[in-house]
Amino acid sequence: MAHPPTSGPGGTAVAPAPTPAVPAPTGSGAVASGPQQPPPARTTAWAEGRDRLRAGATTEPGRLRIIGAALALLVLAFGAVTAWQVSDRAAAADDVVTRSQPLSADAANIYRSLADADTSAASGFLAGAQEPRAVTERYEKDIAEASRLLVKAAANTSSVSASGQEIAKLNQQLPRYTGLIERARANNRQGLPLGGAYLRYANEQMTTHLLPAAKKLYDEETARLYRDYDEASSWPYVALGLGVLALGGLGWAQHRNYRRTNRVFNQGMLAASVASLAVLLWLTVGHAVAASGLDDSRAHGQESLKVLNDARISSLQARANENLTLVSRGAVTTADGKDKYESDYRSGMAALERQLSDARRLADDVGGSTPVSRALEGVKTWKGWHAKARTADDGGDYDEALTRITSAKDSSGEAFGHVDDALERAVSWEQREFTEAAEGGRSALSGLAVGAGVLAVLAAGAAVVGIGRRLSEYR
Amino acid sequence: MRKTWTGTSGTGRTRGAPATGSARTLRGGWRSGVVALAAACALTAGVAVLPLPDTDGYRADTVSAPGSGTLAGLSGKAEECENPEASLRPSGADGPSVAEIKKRGKLVAGVDQNSFRWGYRNPATGTLEGFDIDLVKAIAKEILGDENKVVYRAIPTSQRIPALKSGLVDIVARTMTVNCSRIKDVAFSHAYFQAGQQVLAPVDSPIKGYDDTLRGRRVCTAKGSTANEALKEESFGAVFDKPEFTVANQLDCLVRLQLGQVDAIVTDNALAAGQAAQDPAIQVKGKPFTTEYYGVATKLGNDDLVRRINKVLAAYSQGGPRSPWMTSYSRWLEEDLPDLTGPPAPKFRD
Repeated sequence: MAHPPTSGPGGTAVAPAPTPAVPAPTGSGAVASGPQQPPPARTTAWAEGRDRLRAGATTEPGRLRIIGAALALLVLAFGAVTAWQVSDRAAAADDVVTRSQPLSADAANIYRSLADADTSAASGFLAGAQEPRAVTERYEKDIAEASRLLVKAAANTSSVSASGQEIAKLNQQLPRYTGLIERARANNRQGLPLGGAYLRYANEQMTTHLLPAAKKLYDEETARLYRDYDEASSWPYVALGLGVLALGGLGWAQHRNYRRTNRVFNQGMLAASVASLAVLLWLTVGHAVAASGLDDSRAHGQESLKVLNDARISSLQARANENLTLVSRGAVTTADGKDKYESDYRSGMAALERQLSDARRLADDVGGSTPVSRALEGVKTWKGWHAKARTADDGGDYDEALTRITSAKDSSGEAFGHVDDALERAVSWEQREFTEAAEGGRSALSGLAVGAGVLAVLAAGAAVVGIGRRLSEYR
Repeated sequence: MRKTWTGTSGTGRTRGAPATGSARTLRGGWRSGVVALAAACALTAGVAVLPLPDTDGYRADTVSAPGSGTLAGLSGKAEECENPEASLRPSGADGPSVAEIKKRGKLVAGVDQNSFRWGYRNPATGTLEGFDIDLVKAIAKEILGDENKVVYRAIPTSQRIPALKSGLVDIVARTMTVNCSRIKDVAFSHAYFQAGQQVLAPVDSPIKGYDDTLRGRRVCTAKGSTANEALKEESFGAVFDKPEFTVANQLDCLVRLQLGQVDAIVTDNALAAGQAAQDPAIQVKGKPFTTEYYGVATKLGNDDLVRRINKVLAAYSQGGPRSPWMTSYSRWLEEDLPDLTGPPAPKFRD
C-alpha cells in the first residue's frame, strides 16, 4: 500500500538536487540533465508519485487510499514508539533492580566493611597483646569482604568514570592500611607504645583517605541509581501523544465514513480503534503501576537504606573513636585541649542519633521502625556506659574504664553490639522492602513492549482492511 | 585484670597547648641562640618579653644553664624568670597539704601513660612504669610509708595545670618542664632531670646533629613543640614546615620515620630516648642544643608538699652510682641516653 509516502523520505533527501527536471514528463530523458550522483529513476518516481497523489486527492477512492495509508502509519508509529519508549523504561527499571541498586548496596557494604575493620582493629588492640580470636576474624572478614566487593564493583564500572577512580584509590590504599595495622600489632605485641601510634596513623588513613573514597563511591553509585529511577519513571509522552493522535485519526475517519455512507460501523476501523485504545490504556496503566512501584521502592526502601547506611558508619566510627580514647589517652588533643578521640566520639554519637531519628521518621511499618527504635535505645545505653567509663578513667581507674568499654556484659561494647545488630536488621528489612516494591514496578512493564507492537500491527492491518472495504465499493 | 595496652607516646612536646600562642615566635627566637647571646638578651629584651601573656619562657632555662650562674645569681627574686627551677629547701615537716594526703591514705598523681620509659602502661602487666613512675613511688613511700598507695591519673599534656589547680591530683610527674609562665600557675620541686632538644635519626644516616647536615632533609616535629619553634628560627636548610611533617604527638614522628616519610626527628632527648628504645635502628645525634629542667609540680601554695618532695629528691640522688636516681636511670634511660651521673644540682630560692 501507499508507496508514495514510503518512498517519500528517500525522495526528499534527493529532491534538493539542483536538477531542474521537476516538470519532466514520465520519460527518463532526465538522465542527460542529471550527471550528478542520484539515480535519476528515483527522481522521476518521486515526481510521478507526487503527481499521482495530487491526482488521487481529487477523487474519493484516492482520498480513501491516502487516509488509509495515513491511519495505518499513525497506528504503526504509535506501536513502534510505545515499544521503544517502554523498552527503554523497562531497561532502566531492570537496571534499578538488577544493577544500580545492587551496586549501590555493594558500595554501602564496602564503606561499612572498611569502617568495621577499623573499629575491629582498635577493639583488638585494646584487648591486649593477644587479640581475641573473634575480633581478629571480624577484622579479616571485613577486609576480605571489602576486597571482594571492590573487584566486583570494578568489573561493573568504567575505570575512567568517577566511581572507577574511587575504586582505584581504594584498591591502592587498602593494602597500605592493612600493612599499617600489622605494624601496629607487631609493635603492640612487643609492648611498645609505637603500636598505638601506628594504630592511630592507620585510623587517620582510614578516616581521611579510605572512608571518604568509599563514601564518594557510594554517593556516585546511588546517584546512578537515582538516574535510573528517573529514567524508568519518566512518562512516555511521545507514545501517549501518538496514541491519542492515532485514536483521534481513527475516530475522525469513522465519523467521515458515517457522514458519507450513513453506516455507523466500519468493522476494520472499529477493530483498529479498539486495539489502539487497548495499547494506550495498557501503556498508561502499566507505566503508572511501574512508576508507583519504583517510587515506592525509592521512598520506602532506598531512602531508608541511605539513612541507615549513614547511621551504621556513624556508629562504627564512634565506636572506633571510643576505643581510641583508651588506646591513646590524651596523646592527641583538639585545639581547646580536649582529647581528640573523645570529642570525635561525641560528634559521631550526635550524628548517629540524628540519623536514627531520620530513619525512624522514614520507616513506614513496624518491621522497619522496630529495629530502629531498638538501635536508639541501644545508643542511650551505650552513652550511659561510656559516661561511666569516662568517669572511671578520669578518676584514675583505668581497669574499670576498660571493663566498661570492652567487656562482653554491661559495657558500651555490648550496647554497641546491640546497635549494630539492630541496624543490620533494619537494613535488611528495608532492602527487602525495596526489592519487593521495585520488582512489582518492574513486572508491570513486562510484555508491554511486545504487546504494543503486536497490537499496533493488528490495528494497522484492521484499519487498512476497513478502508479497503470502502474502496472496494468503487470498483 | 585485663592485660591492656594503651600505646602512643606522651604529648610531651606539645606542652601548654592552649596557652602558648602569641609568644611562640619570640620564644623560638630566643631558643636557638647560644647561651651567651641569650644571657645578654635576657638583660635587655627579657624584660620586654616577659610581660607578654602566656610566655612559656623556655628560654629562661638557657639563661640559667651551666655557665650563666652569675647571671642567675644577679637576677634574684625580682627577675623570677631568670631561675624558674629554683625551689624551696627540703623539709620533712607536715603541713596542711601533706596532712590531707595522709588523711586520705593515697597520693593522687597525674602521670603520662604514653611516654615510653617515663610513664607508660606496660601491656604485659597492665601497670604503669617508667622513670617518672619510680619517682612517684618514692614520694608515696616518703609520705605514706608505702610506694603502692598511689592513685594514678593519666592526664593529657594540656590538662596538667588545670588538674593541679582543680585539686584533681596532688602532684604531676610527667616530663613537665619548669618554666616562667608555669611557675605562676603551679609550684615546682627541684629539677630531677635535665633535658634538651636533640636530633634523632637512623643509625647510618648522614645527619650528625642540629647542624648543616640537616640541609635538604625532611624533619618531623610535634605541632607547637619547642623543637618546631627551634627549627622555625634556625632550620639549617631542613624541610620541616609542611603539614605532613608536623604531627600531633612526638611519637607520630617515629611512625613517619619508619615509613620513610621523613629523615630525622627533633624532640627533647628524654622523649627521644623513649623513641630510640623502640627502634634499634635509630639513635640520638649530636648534643642537646637547649637546656630544660623537669620538675614535679604541685598546686601553687602547697609549700609543705613541695618541701617534702624536695626532701625525697635530695635523698633520691644520694649514694653516687647506687643512688635511687641512678638505679632508675640505668633501668629506663641509660641505654638510649648514656653518660648521665645524676640530677642537676638543686637551686634554692629561700
